[in-house]
Amino acid sequence: MAKGILGTKLGMTQIFNDEGRLVPVTVVSCDPNVVLQKKTMENDGYEALQLGFKDKRVKLANKPELGHLAKSNSQPKRYLKEMAGSELYNFEVGQEIRVNIFEEGEIIDVTGTSKGKGFQGSIKRHNQSRGPMAHGSRYHRRPGSMGSIDPNHVRKGKKLPGHMGVQTVTIQNLEIVKVDLERNLLLIKGGIPGPKKGLVVVKHGVKAAKVEPLDPNNFIVSKEETQVNNAATEESVE
Amino acid sequence: MSQQLLKELTQSYERTDIPAFRAGDNVRVFIKIKEGNRERIQIFEGLCIKRQNGGIAETFTVRKISYGIGVEKTFPIHSPLVEKVELLRRGKVRRARLHYIRGLSTKAARIKERR
Repeated sequence: MAKGILGTKLGMTQIFNDEGRLVPVTVVSCDPNVVLQKKTMENDGYEALQLGFKDKRVKLANKPELGHLAKSNSQPKRYLKEMAGSELYNFEVGQEIRVNIFEEGEIIDVTGTSKGKGFQGSIKRHNQSRGPMAHGSRYHRRPGSMGSIDPNHVRKGKKLPGHMGVQTVTIQNLEIVKVDLERNLLLIKGGIPGPKKGLVVVKHGVKAAKVEPLDPNNFIVSKEETQVNNAATEESVE
Repeated sequence: MSQQLLKELTQSYERTDIPAFRAGDNVRVFIKIKEGNRERIQIFEGLCIKRQNGGIAETFTVRKISYGIGVEKTFPIHSPLVEKVELLRRGKVRRARLHYIRGLSTKAARIKERR
């Protein structure tokens, strides 16, 4: 695990890169993630940050949730997720993590929940081939032999029809094409898993070069802004 | 909402200096070509036979007869590698895609000028 941020997929488009080539990009909207809790070695036995993403109405949160959020002085959040690793560990509770923790050209991994396909046959689900459609073959899209007669049962892991999609999928080694701090957007080269509006986790690539722990002071957009934000959230909590 | 945002994102890449032309028009395209460190301009002149897609991804296809052989090239209209496009002659056609022109001889492939 490494530095990361939560976001929602907005859709795909294309932009021109420096060489003048048209690059396909997925746009991910990452509104500032708030650090809700810091897991420490003494308390929890491991080090991680709990991030909250996307505000929800106060009415939708239960009392334990509100108590938990009061510590970071933030609005109720729809999604909570932990980020392990030292890269982000210098951030404190209540601070915001924005898209500017990433740079253009950085290699990242993106995790999301793939689109649901329903109950599918073995051709679509496992990339099997179909039989001949003509010449009286009478064998078109079936899964084939169930295996040897010897064990008197079907072997575990036999590729059969069933439910497809709605799985957690990670795509590695994607590239960040552009970071839009103003609109809180990340433009990622290529496709990423899941439907539009789906939650995705954008993380530094496990196969990319390691990064040093970040200094949170470099990522504060403006002091006034954070203060204004805090004031606004306090009001709404009351 | 998000579609609107995607449009806004690409708007800064869209060019406004390209003249309005359509299928049937004769155009001259100036293309930047990079060879190592050197950059030169190549000219491709011919008949625009179609414009495809919209927004940032819009492309146009130019057809010309080069040494007796028909050659077609497709360019992204907003590409920074397209230096400029000159409109030479406007043609009167009744199709948006002039694929039928590929099967015609030079004389039959003449297009009347639009005024």
